[in-house]
Amino acid sequence: MSETLLTPRPLIRLEQLNKAYQTGEGSLHVLKDIDLAIGEGELVSIMGSSGSGKSTLLNVLGILDDYDSGAYYLDEQRVQGLSERAAARYRNRFIGFVFQSFNLLPFKTALENVALPLFYQGVSRKKRNQTALEYLEKVGLADRKEHLPGELSGGQKQRVAIARALITNPKLILADEPTGALDTETSYRLMDLFRSIHEQGITIVIVTHEHDISARTDRCIVLKDGRVER
Amino acid sequence: MLNLDAWHETLETLRRHKLRTLLTALSVAWGIFMLVILLAAGRGLERGVEYDFRDDATNSIWISPGKTSVAYKGQPPGRAVRFENDDVDAIAQQIRGVERITGRFYLWGEFSVSYGMKTAQFDIRGCHPGHLYIERTRILEGRFINDFDVKGRRKVAVIGPDVRAQLFGRRDPLGEYITIRGVKYKVIGLYEDDGAQNELRKIYIPITTAQLVYSAPRQVHHIMYTVGDADLQQSEGMAAATRDLLSRRHRFSPDDKRALRINNNLEQFSKVQEIFAWISVFVWVVGVGTIFAGVVGVGNVMLISVKERTVEFGVRKALGATPWSIVKMVLQEALLVTSLAGYAGLCAGALVVEAVNRYVPENDYFREPQVDFEAALWAVGILVLAGALAGVIPAFRAARVHPVVAMRGE
Repeated sequence: MSETLLTPRPLIRLEQLNKAYQTGEGSLHVLKDIDLAIGEGELVSIMGSSGSGKSTLLNVLGILDDYDSGAYYLDEQRVQGLSERAAARYRNRFIGFVFQSFNLLPFKTALENVALPLFYQGVSRKKRNQTALEYLEKVGLADRKEHLPGELSGGQKQRVAIARALITNPKLILADEPTGALDTETSYRLMDLFRSIHEQGITIVIVTHEHDISARTDRCIVLKDGRVER
Repeated sequence: MLNLDAWHETLETLRRHKLRTLLTALSVAWGIFMLVILLAAGRGLERGVEYDFRDDATNSIWISPGKTSVAYKGQPPGRAVRFENDDVDAIAQQIRGVERITGRFYLWGEFSVSYGMKTAQFDIRGCHPGHLYIERTRILEGRFINDFDVKGRRKVAVIGPDVRAQLFGRRDPLGEYITIRGVKYKVIGLYEDDGAQNELRKIYIPITTAQLVYSAPRQVHHIMYTVGDADLQQSEGMAAATRDLLSRRHRFSPDDKRALRINNNLEQFSKVQEIFAWISVFVWVVGVGTIFAGVVGVGNVMLISVKERTVEFGVRKALGATPWSIVKMVLQEALLVTSLAGYAGLCAGALVVEAVNRYVPENDYFREPQVDFEAALWAVGILVLAGALAGVIPAFRAARVHPVVAMRGE
């Protein structure tokens, strides 16, 4: 396959992966025989209309959801049937999440939000806040560290969220419609930020339905009816 | 060290949600407040009644003669039983466990008692030396009647504070002579008694002297004795043995309740103590019930807050929170709220009790309400348990939140 040629060492590898949801009437087959490889350091977008299974794919990639058959290798490690505890550890160590609705904790300051993943690593408060400030600086928001999310603009919130995703130094950033709630100009600036992060060697997967966003990534994977189209 | 950090995190969360925390705290604080007040009130009532018993020795048995109501050994019913000095001696010698004993002889009606030019009416009682202990009389000056006074039928008197005030004013009564029915008695002692007001206007003289004056040699109106530290059962045994002994001596049926009345103070005291044990149980039941209502309130608020915070828990899990860490977080919140609120309620309750103690005048029914340390400790223990209890269901519900929920956004 062409992907394997492009990426000598895949960070993500899916082989014949299937996933179905049990519904009232029967089962809904969402992901069908997905074969996919994303190399280390790639900036990839996943596109697809609603119902194409892109959100489910993101959940599987983010170890937020299990799958039925096939295999998922993350950094050469097979990921399947993990306990919640183990899954939480993987997420914490390997993956940074960026959400469409930012999902910052409203009662915590920008700095505390960024520091939160380190809390679950048992890092001391002082060290946490120190590191968090570094990352806020990286996204250009060091002067807003004491602000609550409610006091920030959409673009600023998403940058705080990105700083939060970066703080554990993950191998992979998963972004679910990160520009969905932002205006075009802010979206482009955010994509610039993603690109600069990508240049530091971090693998980024962005789920989006906007073509102009997808166009700003190196590779686009299109999902249709639960299958990889291209 | 991580643990301390977790508590800090919890405290922060509470601090950032002031209204929610306050509402939660209120129900618990109220529960503990009520428990403290109830406990203190129960204690106050108990003290009040104990105070009522202060007059006489609580371990005393009082025996009064009556009239026979059944025919027995050839004797017709309706015969009056009459105690004599020998009865007192017989009880003292034959009933095991008698500590102090006295007979009592009343000079019926108030007698004119005079000293110098002053005259007043007082109650006069003849008694044995043991009387001192049965009435819990305290000698302020001089001494009480002793065996030599009784044996020698001495004309000596021990007077109460009212007697002294009315006859002697501020003068020292010891060694002075007062006149009762034309006979002079030497004042040998001055007593004080915690009983009712009329206990303070008595004059005690040796029982033998009283019998002599009243021309009723040997007669005794009442016999009472203390049982030492006998328990209720032993004291009841002694009362029964006394009834037996006296029925033999006076030839009445041992089953004839009217021939002899025996009043066991210990029995009454035990009954009252039993009532208070039940009141205490009642107080705890009501108090714990109130706390339980508070706990349900806390649980309820926590449950709603957990629902509101679905996104938060989802995000936390996405960022690497294990289910157990979420459970711990919610439990810690519940624990922290209940213990802090409980502590506040405890303090508020103690403050109110202290205020009542200070500003409400003393009376016979309610004295010195107090929260004892042990009860407070129990309350705190219940609180911590309650806090954990209130948090358990919400905590596990929070831990079940699926991170995908957070991904999908609001």
